[in-house]
Amino acid sequence: MSSFRKKKDRAATIMLWLVMALTCGMLALILAFLISKGWSALSWEFLTKKPRSMMTAGGISTPIVGTLQLVLVAMGFSFPVGVFTAVYLVEYARDDWFTRSLRLAVRSLAGVPSVVFGLFGLSFFVILLKFGPSLLSAGLTLGCLALPVIVGASESALLAVPRDYRDASYALGATQWQTIRKVVLPAAFPSIITGAILSVGRVAGETAPIIFTGAAFFAPRFAKSIFDQVMALPYHVLILATAGTNIEKTRPIQYGTVLVLLFFVLGMTLTGVLWRARLRIRQRAQR
Amino acid sequence: MEKDKFSVRDLDLFYGSNHALKKINLQVPERSVTALIGPSGCGKSSFLRCLNRMNDFIPGCSVTGRVELDGSDIYDAGTDLIHLRRRVGMVFQRPNPFPMSIFDNVAYGPRLHGDRDRNTLRDIVEESLRVSALWNEVRDILHSPALALSGGQQQRLCIARAVAVQPEVLLMDEPTSALDPMATARIEELVRELRTRYTVVIVTHNMQQAARISDTTDFFLSGEMVESGPTQQMFTSPRDKRTEDYITGRFG
Repeated sequence: MSSFRKKKDRAATIMLWLVMALTCGMLALILAFLISKGWSALSWEFLTKKPRSMMTAGGISTPIVGTLQLVLVAMGFSFPVGVFTAVYLVEYARDDWFTRSLRLAVRSLAGVPSVVFGLFGLSFFVILLKFGPSLLSAGLTLGCLALPVIVGASESALLAVPRDYRDASYALGATQWQTIRKVVLPAAFPSIITGAILSVGRVAGETAPIIFTGAAFFAPRFAKSIFDQVMALPYHVLILATAGTNIEKTRPIQYGTVLVLLFFVLGMTLTGVLWRARLRIRQRAQR
Repeated sequence: MEKDKFSVRDLDLFYGSNHALKKINLQVPERSVTALIGPSGCGKSSFLRCLNRMNDFIPGCSVTGRVELDGSDIYDAGTDLIHLRRRVGMVFQRPNPFPMSIFDNVAYGPRLHGDRDRNTLRDIVEESLRVSALWNEVRDILHSPALALSGGQQQRLCIARAVAVQPEVLLMDEPTSALDPMATARIEELVRELRTRYTVVIVTHNMQQAARISDTTDFFLSGEMVESGPTQQMFTSPRDKRTEDYITGRFG
């Protein structure tokens, strides 16, 4: 009996290990594939030069800068709006049907396909608000996409702040806003940042929302104003893969671009993790 | 002799339909230690939280009756809660320092109320930490995280934090129940010293503790205040049978 139980236990361990190995193997395979295809394209010139000869040569500096600009606009909009929406939902809203449906709506928003956000951005930012196809329209559209993720992450972060902290603050004569600003938000900040940075990864990699709203097929220079169109890494990949004029020449550029995008997202995630760790240490310290 | 800091008249407290405190009448003498004792769920903590209106945050909680602080009812519609809580500080059951430095914890209250000057703040922090008998242990680590301190040190930090806004009353809700005996002894010693400056109201589970540190004791049972009197008398010759049963350990 007991040996049978032990065998079952052993089998479970082996099975879990295999599943884990499968997952890691898939990831390693994808990464190896991309590196083998794109590594040769990577160089200092590739990162710092603009595309030339109908995008069959030169670098990808314009889409790199464009993606950075898009992320900046998207986060500049969605981070404050998302965090304060979460503050409202957690700290101010009463727990009634209205709040609950609001919460459900935000959550469903996270599941809406990104092309729908693209169409929304087109009709709202581009046409209705007359921003035109531009960095601003595309950035705001991406911001809408990130919003539910940031709201969700901030909500759980705020809920995780112990009741004790709030009590202590109120008992010292703090107002609700003082308590939120000086105690609750700082305590929740490391987790909020993590959520925000994960959403940056998503924002940087999206293509569908920016095709109609401001991503350029080709732009000869960096965007100087928020009303200029921009090139973006994921869209550049799509173009090279589907509308290239010279497949042989563009293929390495295409995989090189994919690698750059991948490293960008990886870098963001790593920054987020390290930043959170640093904040945690400053708050808690090692005993 | 001494005057009453708090005077509570016909206080009823409901959590929804649950009648948690029934017709409480009692006085809290100024600059002394008043202990609230009684078994779990008797309403002593709820009563304590009436004195600085921390029950206001609990949904469905309603209070009737009068709670007078220096003669004016704190349940009056015009009461400034910020001012009230500045006058009536609180120390909680579990040490709850903020996740910030020791200095910032103590300076938190003064900063809320508008103290910005570095030198003033430094003086307040030192003075408060001296009052709570923590200064000598933390004087060189004021800017390290408060959560790195031991439990007992954290609780004394919370006392310093409460003291820093110069309250008149300190409410303590079982402040030693999460601490070891050594840390408990230090807090008890501290409470004895605090009574020269503050009115202290302390909820405790521990009858020996009440006997050791308080001047007045109020015994609560099932939402009622059964008996109130000088601690000496309560523990030697209680008037009520139920008080006697409780302090001799027959229940609770």
